[in-house]
Amino acid sequence: MADNELKIDREKCVGCQACLKACPFAALRMEGRLAVVGESCSFCGACVPVCKFGAITLVKAEAKLSLDLDLYHGVWVFGEQIEGVVQGVVYELIGKGRELADKRGVPLSVLLLGHGLDAAAKDLLEYPVDLVLQVEAPELSDYAPEPYARVVADLVQTRKPEIFLAGATAIGRSFLARVAVAVQTGLTADCTSLDITEEGLLLQTRPAFGGNIMASILCRGRRPQMSTVRHKVMPVAHRSPGRGGVIEVIKPSSTLLASRTRRLEWLPEITSTVNLVEADIIVSGGRGLGKPESFGMLEKLAKLLGGAVGSSRAAVDAGWMPYSHQVGQTGKTVQPKLYIACGISGAVQHLVGMQSSDRIIAINKDHDAPIFGVASYGIVGDVFEVVPAMIRELGGEA
Amino acid sequence: MHIVVCIKQVPDTTNVRINPKTNTLEREGVESIINPFDTYAIEEGVRIRERLGEGKVTVLSMGPPQAEAALREAISLGADEAVLLCSRAFAGGDTWSTSLVLALAIKKLGPDLVLAGKQAIDGDTAQVGPGISYHLDWPQACYVSKIREIGKGQAVVESLLENGKEVLAVELPAVLTVVKEINEPRLPSLKGKMRAKKAVITTWNETDIGADPELVGLKGSPTTVARVFSPSRRGAGEMIKAESASEVARLVVAKIKELKIV
Repeated sequence: MADNELKIDREKCVGCQACLKACPFAALRMEGRLAVVGESCSFCGACVPVCKFGAITLVKAEAKLSLDLDLYHGVWVFGEQIEGVVQGVVYELIGKGRELADKRGVPLSVLLLGHGLDAAAKDLLEYPVDLVLQVEAPELSDYAPEPYARVVADLVQTRKPEIFLAGATAIGRSFLARVAVAVQTGLTADCTSLDITEEGLLLQTRPAFGGNIMASILCRGRRPQMSTVRHKVMPVAHRSPGRGGVIEVIKPSSTLLASRTRRLEWLPEITSTVNLVEADIIVSGGRGLGKPESFGMLEKLAKLLGGAVGSSRAAVDAGWMPYSHQVGQTGKTVQPKLYIACGISGAVQHLVGMQSSDRIIAINKDHDAPIFGVASYGIVGDVFEVVPAMIRELGGEA
Repeated sequence: MHIVVCIKQVPDTTNVRINPKTNTLEREGVESIINPFDTYAIEEGVRIRERLGEGKVTVLSMGPPQAEAALREAISLGADEAVLLCSRAFAGGDTWSTSLVLALAIKKLGPDLVLAGKQAIDGDTAQVGPGISYHLDWPQACYVSKIREIGKGQAVVESLLENGKEVLAVELPAVLTVVKEINEPRLPSLKGKMRAKKAVITTWNETDIGADPELVGLKGSPTTVARVFSPSRRGAGEMIKAESASEVARLVVAKIKELKIV
């Protein structure tokens, strides 16, 4: 079987260097007037469409892994729960999963893992779901990567869904990667868009390079096609009771439940406002706030708006806010409906964590601050005047 | 205790931009760096060795020959040894095959603990750590923000979920992926830099680690990239100007109310 190859046609290459600029891996270089492929080529194909002269072709080796795809049927959604509460992203996945299942003419199932989940399972049937697979074992009551992965891999191997979606949460991302390795299939992380082709191929689109490029990923030869999906990107499913969906309770074999990690303690984060990734509105502060106490006014504003408080890296590094509030490259990636940046200059490391927000309001003294480049509404002004004025305008006490 | 730290050399993505006119990636001045999250893993490995007063930290990376620079930098930051997994056969691998290659090398190294950053800033998948752990049949803890204790056969760690922290006892050997909160990486020392310069970097290919060439690189990857494109960009929006802060606030609150989300 041939290896992957990126071919540059010596006759067609005119030495324009367009491909060099397009390569995210710096894998192309010039030798004389010809572009040449170097060792760091990862065969991503980014250079192929930019060549105006059609000089570049990508020959991809066929994957060895292939199987009878027709045996796989149905769409599954992972019903992530924490302490019995089904997480918000699950309802978004049900919406998307329903759409994909209808396009394929197959059932939609929600896979629920835990202990004592009768009420949660029943409630899920109020949504457009055909089957709830309720896997019950005391060992599954708290998240544990090994039993979670074994139980899910076992069900996937015996029941063979064609598509399996989970939230791109700490839990979803960390145990589904084990499942994907176990069942030898592909897993695409943190998708922001999903579509399906007529042949049933899931087109999984996700940001890469800190959101600077988008990539559409396919899993051609293996099943299920698995994705984790970013929270707050897809619309939530509405309740549609009376659909006649059913619950199947499954007791997993005890051999699947052994774990070499043991939870000693659970320390829930106590915040006065809502959780950052769950929030539709985030009020974020940066270096411009000058001191930790200034975050008090952001909390007031966030509370009035029903939002959460975020922070730039600078404010976290200064010790003004805990790390769990950090938005940006080394913190959280958020995509709320509204992001209000107060005293944040907008370093690229911050922008990659919030630039996909639906609307952005930026308040900054410096009219040249890069944050204004991504802001839907920009206000050049003093945060210590504007934010209290906004609080008063919303009927609060500044 | 032998600690393996998996690192990745990545383009400094903060400088990768899309040229809005040509719609192509602009890499001008883009340097290669150690994935920032991996620098916390290196530091944590070195701290564990220092705390225990014994042991060895080996940095491991899969990548092109240039990735040697990242491994040398890791040595300057306190790692003892470095292994580069380098072969044309590894190129184009997705998280499935990449985690297999790393796992096979780790098996050969036989450590007590594997550390890695929670994810790389280019691919942003966070899947390779758990993937390695499964290939090795080891336990894992991801998003680790603190290693409370570490000793023979067990570590006690704090691991972040969206709405809180778990305190976990993890049997060793295990794979831990770490977040920024875990430590403050040191700067390279002069002595470290000297060591890095002189260090011999071991290079292994698919034969050295006993990998089936059909299961690594693009061939061993269930997923393929169908298309790469620029995200739709928002242009800079409207500036709200007014005589006073209260007038600005009135205008901006009106804009917020228009969104009908409050």
